[in-house]
Amino acid sequence: MLTFDPWNMLLLGLVTGLAFGFLLQRGGVTKYQVIVGQFLLANHTVLRTMLTAIVVGSVGVLAMHQLWGVKLHLKEATLWGNILGGGIFGVGMVVLGYCPGTGIGAIADGSRHAIWGVLGMLVGAAGYAEMETWIRENILSAWTLGKVTIAEEVHVSPWFLVFGLAVVAWLLFWWLQGKDVPGMTAPGNGRNATSMLDD
Amino acid sequence: MGTLLTRPRWSPFLVGACIGMLSWITFGLMGKALGTSTTFVTVVASLQSFVVPEHVKATPYLAKHTKIDWQFMLVIGIFIGAMLSALLARSYKVERVPDLWAWRFGSSKTKRYLAAFLGGILVLFGARLADGCTSGHGISGGLQFAVSSWVFFVSFFLTGMVTAFILFGKEGRKHVNV
Repeated sequence: MLTFDPWNMLLLGLVTGLAFGFLLQRGGVTKYQVIVGQFLLANHTVLRTMLTAIVVGSVGVLAMHQLWGVKLHLKEATLWGNILGGGIFGVGMVVLGYCPGTGIGAIADGSRHAIWGVLGMLVGAAGYAEMETWIRENILSAWTLGKVTIAEEVHVSPWFLVFGLAVVAWLLFWWLQGKDVPGMTAPGNGRNATSMLDD
Repeated sequence: MGTLLTRPRWSPFLVGACIGMLSWITFGLMGKALGTSTTFVTVVASLQSFVVPEHVKATPYLAKHTKIDWQFMLVIGIFIGAMLSALLARSYKVERVPDLWAWRFGSSKTKRYLAAFLGGILVLFGARLADGCTSGHGISGGLQFAVSSWVFFVSFFLTGMVTAFILFGKEGRKHVNV
């Protein structure tokens, strides 16, 4: 019944995961209070990490796509699903304090309550699987745009979006400098961030 | 390099840039988009396929997720990688009830574990309904400027903020001890 990917894909997955987990832990996002602190706008580590990842990632992926035909992997815009699912996800992420990847990393980092969070995730996955047929027929199909990008929808060059986001991110980072709620001792936030790279 | 490997916290810009470059590898070398949450369905479907194989066959969403794939290994990798990082930096720390939570809801472990469990249910149900989580939509979809992913991003950030302020209030911001 169970099938397996070829061993080289399994190995690549493992290696990528190793790096990803290492980075998540080192970036501090396997910590409950870093995640919840973001939603309280008290600590902006999550936003800094994600926006940087998106900007850097987009340059390389888009270039590889245009130069060498590397495939994109767009998820279908099933808008009610994206909106409702995202909404439920946001509530859960704050109550739990982790998302799926950081939750796994958090267990490895010593968080005992994350174990219960991951058990809950398995129950959530099982529950969704039972309702999936109904959801697909009634919610996901109700409002779909297909596998589209913002660039296609608003008819601009994707490079315009990459550049635009880079500028917005840079301005946001500049504005957020020192805006992490004081009293926090962790390095790598706000003003300390650049000096971390220098010394 | 030695100091960087043992330094407990890296700049979010450095970490973000590395995660961005990691996506170059998954797209360019593996032909895949980095993601996590599907694996939870894989685990559930695989376990059920041993216990209730007929039920798995009859449930389309379970039937199509009985493959131990690269992403399953990625999730195993996240666990090992995070642990390696914590041990190298000596920053492994047992946490049962976070300070912020204890300040607002008390130090009961049972209460915290129950909330984490319920939160986990919502997280994965929401991720599957939206067809992705913070990695699959947030990073992989975000960097492709997918409509689905940016809608997800805005939606989860908004409800997350509302939830955080309902649970902890403005006062809670002072109790975020990172």
